[in-house]
Amino acid sequence: MSDRIVDKTAAELAADIREGRLTAVAVTTAFLDRIAAVDGTVKAFLHVDREGALATAREVDEALARGEELGPLAGVPIAVKDVVVTKGLPTTAASKILEGWIPPYDATITERIKAAKMPILGKTNLDEFAMGSSTEYSAYAQTVNPWDTARIPGGSGGGSAAAVAAKMAPLAIGTDTGGSIRQPGAVTGTFGAKPTYGSNSRYGLIAFSSSLDTPGPVSRNALDGALLHEVISGYDPRDSTAIDAPVPPVVAAAKAGADGDLSGVKLGVVKEFDQTFDAAEPGVVEAYRQAVEQLAKLGAEIVEVSCPSFSYALPTYYLIAPSEASSNLARYDGVRYGLRAGDDGRHGLEEVMSLTREAGFGPEVKRRIILGTYALSAGYVDAFYGKAQKVRTLIKRDFEAAFERVDALISPTTPFIAFKFGERTGDPYQMYLADLYTIPTNLYGGPGVSVPVGLSEGMPVGLQVMGPVMGDDITYRVAAAVESTQDTLLADTAPEIEEQ
Amino acid sequence: MSTISREEVAHLARLARLEVTDDELDAFAGQLDVILESMKTLAEVDTDGVQPTSHAVPLVNVFREDRPQPSLPRDAVLAGAPDTAEDRFRVPRILDEEA
Amino acid sequence: MSRLNDYDKAVETYEPVLGLETHIELDTNTKMFCGCSTAFGAEPNTQTCPVCLALPGALPVANKAAIEATVKIGLALNCHIAEWTRFARKNYFYPDMPKNFQTSQYEEPLCENGYVEVAVDGVDYRIEIERVHLEEDTGKTLHVGGATGRIHGATESLVDYNRAGIPLVEIVTKPVPGTGALAPEVAKAYVAELRDIVRSLGVSDVRMEQGSLRCDVNLSLNKPGEEWGTRTETKNVNSLRSVERAVRYEVRRQSALLDDGVKIIQETRHFHESTGETSPGRSKEEATDYRYFPEPDLAVMEPSREWVEELRAGLPELPRKRRERLQATWGLGDKEMQSVVNADAVGLIEATVAAGTTPTGAVKWWLGELSRRANEAGAELGALAITPEQVAELQGMVDDGRLNDKLARQVIDGVLAGEGSPVEVAAKRGLEVVSDTGALEAAVDEAISANPAVAEKIRGGTHAAAGVLIGAVMKATKGQADAGTVRKIILEKLG
Ligand SMILES: [Mg+2]
Ligand SMILES: [Zn+2]
Repeated sequence: MSDRIVDKTAAELAADIREGRLTAVAVTTAFLDRIAAVDGTVKAFLHVDREGALATAREVDEALARGEELGPLAGVPIAVKDVVVTKGLPTTAASKILEGWIPPYDATITERIKAAKMPILGKTNLDEFAMGSSTEYSAYAQTVNPWDTARIPGGSGGGSAAAVAAKMAPLAIGTDTGGSIRQPGAVTGTFGAKPTYGSNSRYGLIAFSSSLDTPGPVSRNALDGALLHEVISGYDPRDSTAIDAPVPPVVAAAKAGADGDLSGVKLGVVKEFDQTFDAAEPGVVEAYRQAVEQLAKLGAEIVEVSCPSFSYALPTYYLIAPSEASSNLARYDGVRYGLRAGDDGRHGLEEVMSLTREAGFGPEVKRRIILGTYALSAGYVDAFYGKAQKVRTLIKRDFEAAFERVDALISPTTPFIAFKFGERTGDPYQMYLADLYTIPTNLYGGPGVSVPVGLSEGMPVGLQVMGPVMGDDITYRVAAAVESTQDTLLADTAPEIEEQ
Repeated sequence: MSTISREEVAHLARLARLEVTDDELDAFAGQLDVILESMKTLAEVDTDGVQPTSHAVPLVNVFREDRPQPSLPRDAVLAGAPDTAEDRFRVPRILDEEA
Repeated sequence: MSRLNDYDKAVETYEPVLGLETHIELDTNTKMFCGCSTAFGAEPNTQTCPVCLALPGALPVANKAAIEATVKIGLALNCHIAEWTRFARKNYFYPDMPKNFQTSQYEEPLCENGYVEVAVDGVDYRIEIERVHLEEDTGKTLHVGGATGRIHGATESLVDYNRAGIPLVEIVTKPVPGTGALAPEVAKAYVAELRDIVRSLGVSDVRMEQGSLRCDVNLSLNKPGEEWGTRTETKNVNSLRSVERAVRYEVRRQSALLDDGVKIIQETRHFHESTGETSPGRSKEEATDYRYFPEPDLAVMEPSREWVEELRAGLPELPRKRRERLQATWGLGDKEMQSVVNADAVGLIEATVAAGTTPTGAVKWWLGELSRRANEAGAELGALAITPEQVAELQGMVDDGRLNDKLARQVIDGVLAGEGSPVEVAAKRGLEVVSDTGALEAAVDEAISANPAVAEKIRGGTHAAAGVLIGAVMKATKGQADAGTVRKIILEKLG
């Protein structure tokens, strides 16, 4: 089995290509074939770019034949969440409102992937405009969890996580506004990292919530994630909120963590999270407790910290994100690009805009637009958005106080394993609870990763590691140390999906 | 008691240029209520004298030099448009204002 | 159409309170938040990019030169420059605004609490400035299918986003009471002064005819001693003359309503250049919920005090100072200078003098013949198709005796008709004082023989009769003779 190209990690593939054991074309073909064989079942991709991916792979092989020095992931294929703009490749944000839109420009991240000579396999599914925790709100397809096809793959980045979990891509790009990289990672047994906000560029990332959105890597393990993290990160003058500072050394940290030695590292467990464990699934809590014990065995000192404002994270998030989203999504009006509905000569522009948005947006997007419009409308902006931004400061202070005592915080990534389709769509609030543990990090802006730690009811459970702003390296080190305790990567123990 | 009425949802939908069906109005009104209830907990939080946070690292004076960059070719600009005429974006008649 | 009161009667009963909101497009090389060019007159949709088209995923980055220009304007208007300021989103849907929100400023404008002094009829008015903030312009919409190219009756509209995202400075006055009957003149003088200040800073060409300065006029009326009334906001007032007319119209319209006991409703109105009237626009009720919130895609700004002081120190001479200096240099009295200012001719005269003519000559043409022509055409003086250099050239020809005033006026006809410079027009039209004395003597001889009785009178010592002969000579030479020379020759021959 480990002879299969698709079973290899990105680091292994990169070395095989660089050292001539495999061609980039062979590697890319293997993943494209795997997509052809299993994506009919998994439905992780909204668009596959076979020709484009192979063209990049050929370039890599030719460059290597000429003896050119290429980047560390040259020739390693990648899947990109369909909320990242790709020039010439359809980009929809999984919304009908952008059906058929072919961007005339590249996101900074896309440019960096192209510069790194990584073949782009295609665009992955998500909850429409990244709003959701199950990918059930995609307008196009229902991605399934490769571990159990009756269950959700998490969200919003369910497509990227499922693509990596089903070995259709060794690496993928996700975006994380409230947990959209980490929660799908946790429920599909993959690794996912939300970098420090501003440490990589949002330019060309279709905006959901501007002050929270963060793109990041999805992979099988921490080292692969770190390699991709370093490819896509770094200052970009086209993003005014980008941080002009060196990228934390995450690859070195992942390698250091693989030694399995965490002596001298202090890890905090959050008292206020513990108090919610009654409402979490017992199997998840159990797997988490075992992980904490493991970490202690690796030499880490476990310290309880209190972060009282974390209790307000969920409502804070559900004021800030929809408020910003209601404004960010105003541009989808059927004038310049995308869908237009109702332009039959009988309707004026105002009606055409409304009909377009009615036809183009799904229920969760509409719900959040209305919620955000409410929160910003006359008389409420100070009480809601303004208040939420102040509570954000309190949450940030809690993190900062905690990081004076510990190097990183740990928690379960999400309170429950992948649920079954339809279980939570009827009750938005139940859906929102999936992000209970991931949201504080987005509000603070620091880094957070999810690494698989075990199973509950046969489904993967993730451990979240949260670090200080620009301290992404510690989260990778802890995650790699967790992996070092496992005989086989959890990602490699997923049930086989029947190839077609 | 409901925080947000059906009529209020309809007004918000109008502001947001969303045509919503009667069924959606009912569903949203109920769902928004639950969410808003949870948000009311924020009112309990004492934030007197607390400065708001908008970004992970407080950024100040992020500017660009006034140097022109190439614009997009017009073909690319208009390629994605639902309708164009005379090298411009065509829209149906505008009803709401005399200009 | 609304019933209108007589203006003079209206201002006997009511006191107007003015408010002016002015938008000025800056002259930066690039747009406010992207690197697209701002050059005027380009082919539609050729100066656009992902940012100013609001393509999914695009992000703004603020133009430093625009911030600097706004601070300069603020300083020139005696404002306080904020220590801490930020952009905000103003949310409303309109097809000329790609994001369906305008990136603007809300509670924290870049500049606040300034003032401008303007003089009308020798009285100084201090106009308090509430705020100066920075925002972005919208695209341009062409309404087609209707009879007039106006939105009303149009069947569709076409949008060009070249202008979308050009930096726009909004300057808002505090309410201006106490102008009485002079409200229209004060409003006009304020806008003219603002324009001159901004122009002197070199941050905008401030061309009202190209829309780089646009004005909204707020006006309310109240009876003396009573509270201020409800104001209307008249949009689209885009020339100095229109500012004056819009104020006058609203005074006449509102006073008529108030006389009838009708309440004024707070509303947006539109000014119509062709008729000088205003008509109601969108009602405020829907429009005011802009859902402002701080722009999360941009960083806050903290203009350092050192930088602000550096900009203050670098400010050029401002119009008021400049006028005082020019008045002294030109040797004009207060009244005469006021006429120059009212005619909006300070810069024109300065440029004419710089082109080599005397202040007296420059003032004479701009305030005299050229002002008359501008009035006839209903145009601004500066919009006439004659340059200060051409006026200087014209006066030079008069000084050299090559043109007399009558001929010079004909030359102006030619220049305004686009026939070229004064020298070229004079040559083409054959307009030149006849200085060939041989030809003149022949013409005089002819006049003498045609009018023997008159010639006899002159010989008899009645020199005043020479006028008849001069007239005949002028007629014969089509006015191109110098009357003084002709008289001299006549007296020599008959004296
Ligand atoms: Mg404005
Ligand atoms: Zn642009």
